[in-house]
Amino acid sequence: MTASPLRADRAPAAIRTEALEALLTEKGLVNAGGLDGLIKRFVNDVGPMNGAKVVAKAWTDPEFYERLLADGTAAVGEFGFSGPQGEHIVVVENSDTMHNVVVCTLCSCYPWPLLGLPPDWYKDPAYRSRVVREPRKLLGEMGLDLDESIDITVWDSSAENRYFILPQRPAGTDGLSEDELAALVSREAMVGVAQVRAPA
Amino acid sequence: MRSPSNEQKTRETDVDGIHDMGGQDGWGTVAIDPDEQVFAEPWEGRAFALGAMSGGLSGTNLDAFRHSLERLHPLEYLGDGYYGRWLACAELLLVDHGIIPAGAVAARAANLMGGEVEEPTDTSGSKPEYERNGGGSIRQIDEERMFEVGDRIRARDLHRRGHHRMPAYIRGRSGVVTAFRPAAVLPDSTAHFVGEDAQHVYTVTFESTELWGPDAEPATLNIDLFESYMEAIS
Repeated sequence: MTASPLRADRAPAAIRTEALEALLTEKGLVNAGGLDGLIKRFVNDVGPMNGAKVVAKAWTDPEFYERLLADGTAAVGEFGFSGPQGEHIVVVENSDTMHNVVVCTLCSCYPWPLLGLPPDWYKDPAYRSRVVREPRKLLGEMGLDLDESIDITVWDSSAENRYFILPQRPAGTDGLSEDELAALVSREAMVGVAQVRAPA
Repeated sequence: MRSPSNEQKTRETDVDGIHDMGGQDGWGTVAIDPDEQVFAEPWEGRAFALGAMSGGLSGTNLDAFRHSLERLHPLEYLGDGYYGRWLACAELLLVDHGIIPAGAVAARAANLMGGEVEEPTDTSGSKPEYERNGGGSIRQIDEERMFEVGDRIRARDLHRRGHHRMPAYIRGRSGVVTAFRPAAVLPDSTAHFVGEDAQHVYTVTFESTELWGPDAEPATLNIDLFESYMEAIS
C-alpha cells in the first residue's frame, strides 16, 4: 500500500483545493488575504523579468559580470533577488563552444527569485526524463538546433544549488540600452532551451 | 488504526518512485507555450499557496515536502499536474502531523459538491520533534572534505529507503569532482526528522557514455552530490 492511494471517486482538484482552504481557514491557520498575497507575488512581482535584468547588466557592466560569475548569490542580491529556492545561485555562461541547460530530474527545482515559478515544459516528464539523456535531440524538438561544434552540458539540480544560465549576447545589439537588452532575454534562454535573438 | 511508526515504515519503502524521471522512456516530446500563464486556473494558485504554507503549518520542512511528493501514488503524482501534486502533498503533511483529520478534505469536497457526508473530526499524529540548526539548507560544518576537485569518484550503489536525492541513473557510475558547493543538510535525514547531518556537497561531472552506453549522444552531465553518496575510485 502506498501512503496516498489514489481514490477513484475523488473530487476535481479545484474542489479539493477549496475544501482544504476552507478547513484551514476555519482553524484560523490561513486566511484568504495571505494566500492572495503569495499568489500575487508570484504572478506579478517575481518572474523572468528579474533574471533578464541580471543578464542585461552582465552584458553591459564588465565588473558586474565578473562578480556574477564569481559569486552568483551575492551578485543577484545586489538587485534584491533572494529568498526561497535562491539560497545558493551559480551562474553558468554559454559560449560559442559550450551550451548549458538546466533540469531537475527528481522534482522541479528552479531559481524562483530570478525566474519565478517553473513553466509547464520544465515540469513536463518528457523534459525531466530526456534532457539528461538526449539533450541535443530534445532541444531540437523544442526549437533550438545547436551546431554540432557546440558541446552540451546538462545541470541536474539535485541539491540546493540553483543554476542560472547567462546566455550569449546576440550580435547587432551594441546600441541597445540595458532595458532594451533585458526585453530580449526570455525565460527559456536563462534555463538553456533557447538563445537570445537580436530584434528583427 | 496503524500507529505512526508503522505508517512511517510503510512509506519508507517508496524509494525508486515515479518522481525519479531521469532517463525514462515513453514521455514523448514537449513544446514551449509562449503565452503560458503562471497559473492556468485559479485553483492552481490556491494549491501553490497552500502547499507553500503546509511545511510551516505541519512543523515539517522542504525535504519532507519533497518526500511527500515521492509518496504519492503514481497516478496522483501525474493526474492533476504540478499543482495537483502540491495540493496532495499539503494534505498529506497536514494529515500526518495532526493538523487536519484524515479524509477531511474528501468529505468536505463531497459536501461542497452537494453531498451530505459526515466530516471526520479526529486527528492523529503530531508535529515532529526535531531540531534545526538554522534557516534554509546551507550549513557551516567543521569536517574536512573527503574529496578534492579532480578526484574520480563513483556514485554509490545506494538503495536507501525513504527520501534521498540521488537519481537512479547515476547509481554506480563514475565521474569527476568538478566543484565544491556549500555544505547543506542531508535531505535523507532532514525529511525524516532524525537530524540534519549536514554534509559537504560537490558538483560531479559524468560523461554521457558512462551513463547511457557507448552509443549515447555526446554530452556532459553535471549533478550535485552529497558526500555520503560518493565513494573514491582507487
